[in-house]
Amino acid sequence: MGTTASQLPKDSLSEYQELTFLTKQEILLAHRRFTELLGRDERNHPNPRVPMQVILTLPELKSNPFKTRICQVFSTSEDKDGSLTFEDFLDLLSAFSDSATLEIKSHYAFRIFDFDDDGTLDHSDLEKLVNCLTGETEDTRLTSEEMRQLINNILDESDIDKDGTVNLSEFQHVISRSPDFVSSFKIVL
Amino acid sequence: MANGGNFSVNICEEDHDYENLGESGPSRDSFQVFKEPACNVRGNPEDIQMEMFTKNSDTSDSESTSSSKESSNVYRVRSLQRNNWSAATRRVLSSMPSRKTGLHSSAGMAVRARQTCALPKHQTSSCDSLHIPRATQADITSPEFEEISTEDEGNNLADSGLWCAETNKQQLVSDLRGVSEGEGMRKLRAMPLSLADKMEIRKHSFSPLAKNSVINRNVPCHNLPCMYLSRMWRHCRYTPRFSTSLKLWHSSMKKLSGRYGTGVLSYFTFLRTLLFINLLFFIITFLFLVLPQAIHPPPDSHRVSFSWIGLLTGIGYLSQSLMFYGYYSNITIKTTSITSVVPYCIPTAYVFTITMSFFIICIILVYSMSKSFGKSFQVFKSDGNLSENVFCSWDFKVTKKPSIRLQSEKISTRLKEQLSELTSGEEERTLVQLFRNFLVHVAAWFICLASIFFSALGIYLLSKKAISKMHQNLDLLFMAAVVSGFNLLLPGIFNFCAWMEKHNSPSTRIYVSIFRNLLLKICIIGVLCYHWLGKIAVEQDPQVSKCWENFVGQELYRLLLMDFIFTVLYTFLGEFVWRIFSQKILRKNRKPVFDIARNVLELVYGQTLTWLGVLFAPLLPAVQIVKLFVLFYMKKNSLMLNCQASKKPWRATHMTTVFITLLFFPSFLGAAVFVAYTVWIIKPPSECGPFRNLTNMLESVKLWAERMKDYHQILSWLIRAYNAFTDNPLFLFLPSGVFLLVIYFRIQVVDGQRRIIRRLEKQIDDEGKDKKFLITQLQYLYEENNPNSSHRHRGR
Repeated sequence: MGTTASQLPKDSLSEYQELTFLTKQEILLAHRRFTELLGRDERNHPNPRVPMQVILTLPELKSNPFKTRICQVFSTSEDKDGSLTFEDFLDLLSAFSDSATLEIKSHYAFRIFDFDDDGTLDHSDLEKLVNCLTGETEDTRLTSEEMRQLINNILDESDIDKDGTVNLSEFQHVISRSPDFVSSFKIVL
Repeated sequence: MANGGNFSVNICEEDHDYENLGESGPSRDSFQVFKEPACNVRGNPEDIQMEMFTKNSDTSDSESTSSSKESSNVYRVRSLQRNNWSAATRRVLSSMPSRKTGLHSSAGMAVRARQTCALPKHQTSSCDSLHIPRATQADITSPEFEEISTEDEGNNLADSGLWCAETNKQQLVSDLRGVSEGEGMRKLRAMPLSLADKMEIRKHSFSPLAKNSVINRNVPCHNLPCMYLSRMWRHCRYTPRFSTSLKLWHSSMKKLSGRYGTGVLSYFTFLRTLLFINLLFFIITFLFLVLPQAIHPPPDSHRVSFSWIGLLTGIGYLSQSLMFYGYYSNITIKTTSITSVVPYCIPTAYVFTITMSFFIICIILVYSMSKSFGKSFQVFKSDGNLSENVFCSWDFKVTKKPSIRLQSEKISTRLKEQLSELTSGEEERTLVQLFRNFLVHVAAWFICLASIFFSALGIYLLSKKAISKMHQNLDLLFMAAVVSGFNLLLPGIFNFCAWMEKHNSPSTRIYVSIFRNLLLKICIIGVLCYHWLGKIAVEQDPQVSKCWENFVGQELYRLLLMDFIFTVLYTFLGEFVWRIFSQKILRKNRKPVFDIARNVLELVYGQTLTWLGVLFAPLLPAVQIVKLFVLFYMKKNSLMLNCQASKKPWRATHMTTVFITLLFFPSFLGAAVFVAYTVWIIKPPSECGPFRNLTNMLESVKLWAERMKDYHQILSWLIRAYNAFTDNPLFLFLPSGVFLLVIYFRIQVVDGQRRIIRRLEKQIDDEGKDKKFLITQLQYLYEENNPNSSHRHRGR
């Protein structure tokens, strides 16, 4: 199930094809890009794991404000350091692919936005989310007053059971109202 | 509930979480009020609660820290996030549906399974297994789960959680075993688990079948082709994507979306769709019409020499070629082997091919329109705009740093605008301002309508004059050039009017500009069609060549070409030269903005011309294909070099629906009506074309049908059935009646769903209030029974 040398064995390829939303060409392209990220000594490793810093050099992720969260969500490492194996990488591409279902996309979007990983989007998560969205420069950031008002409005609109946080179902309910989400939650290699 | 007084004092004095309730006086009042609504939770307690809490926070605001969390709203909803809940309360809370909604669904089971899959691999204590490892800040809103793991009962809870997750995984496996393999694979693929987990689950659930799976290479297969076939079949079943054929221009479009976002991408997707529609049209007409005629050229054709001007104007060489209507003859092909059984009649083929292609394209357009409309339709339109903007607005496809910065700016501006709208509400305008706005609007509309009227009039007069100058070559292009010129200039006037009007919302501005552009194009095409059908076809003007269809076909061909040439000129002059001009001379770094709406309308206009002209020039779709191909590369390069992304928001799915509707409704239907009118009513000329000596084109079909009756049994039966259908008006009424019934039914279903959604939301709200009440009751009972434990938690 790992990758040996630089070739992907055929049965792994068909298994990946069955279990993810990627096509054969996409998996092969992903494999090629992944092996390019490996160091020379790691290429012969049975199941190489690429540290987060190297993954973030990919041009598709380099400038994305959510890049660290994406790596952390899809990482299966025990140290939770955001490093990805090839299968984690395929998971990532599958969730961001063209044919992934809305449920998968909204599930992973929820986990990416849940900065403290507690299963709900509370006040601090929303604040970090808005800061990521509006960028780094001073004039695009919201003032604290605006931030407070924005988060109150968001909670008013989306917190249906009024517990002060947005859980997965409420998040999916908001997402289902926006038809553009599926096309914007996409990363293509 | 009866001993409310004692209870409140105990809690308030020891409870440091209620920071605002420093004094016992008002705190007691507030807590008493809080107790009261507990009796009648379905009354209107929230208002009273809110009031008291606001009062409280007001009094203690001066002494509380200036953290943003001390607002009344947040305070109210934070009542469920106290630190020192008892363990029992916490257990109840953690198993509440809202906390576990993510965890009970397949997604949630997946999360649990994922966490526990890691367990056997390392020997850490079970305490850590459920402990969410990310370091959380030690502030008041720390999550419940943190507390669980550090409790005495932490071990028990962790074990129970572990056991819970294991059962979840086994449940998954048993679920998948019950269903067929294909269905199970599809379910497994849709689960948000990691690939390693999925492979393990698959191994367990499909193990009896896995032995027969083709993936297992130990199975000896004697029949190699059979193995390949079954493997291919398996892959076809599991790979749901059949649209990989639409990979044309995939990399270019990815580059474009990386820089400019989804709005510009929708324009290029629309272009690609149009290309495929034209390709389909061209293939049908080529196979059934052009090819037979090309193989059997008519006897009376005489070749005129080729000239480049002829290529532009459509006169000369091209007019005597397959391109135009005049070339086609009314012969019946009987020479080849197939056609000696059923003779191939060119006039009938002409009518049938054109009508069938229109019919197929109609079905395709209606289908894509309904699909796109279904995507953007929402059953219950509530004001979720702000949260939608925050959750759904980030476009992950954008990869370049400056584009990302632009996107952040866009989002920030939009959020700030929406927030300021909410706070200030509608600006109050004085009467003078209102009147001035009204005048500006009236003036802008007057300018636009007047310009449209005058341009239509000019074209009408010009077209009448053009007939007299029939045989001068380049002058024929003059009218086409004037039409394209109007199409180019007048939108500039409309833009100026829009700038003058200063609409409030950007979507209004877009709709108004689309409407004006559309009106202009409809007027121009309407005038031309009236001129062609009303005057030329009927009057049989001797100055027009005897073959008026040829003339109309050539006019449309010239219009299409001129449109293309002018677009090229505009892209070159308007974007490239303007950019150089503004950079070098004006020294401003402002690149022109790519106007999506206007470019899409240009595409729709070109497509309308193609559809109008296909009856008179069957190879016109080929011209359109070449034009679209060149246009793609030209626009893409011009965009990359010259333009910048627009700063206005663009709702891609919604606008795509609008564009396809525009393509269908005025454009396609208008062309279909034009073609239908020509085929049914207009008398074809007697000198040229395949329909000479007939009263109208449809008559050729009737004649052919008559002849066919003698040839074949099935055909005659079909023809009789067809005649019965078309003569009987019931044929029209019955399907329309059924159609209207279906629409009415659907509207009622949507209405019912809206009502259900509203009721369910109210139900969830009420249950939230119940939950709050019950939790506080539970906590109160616990604390009443164990007054020592509340001391223990004091130190936090």
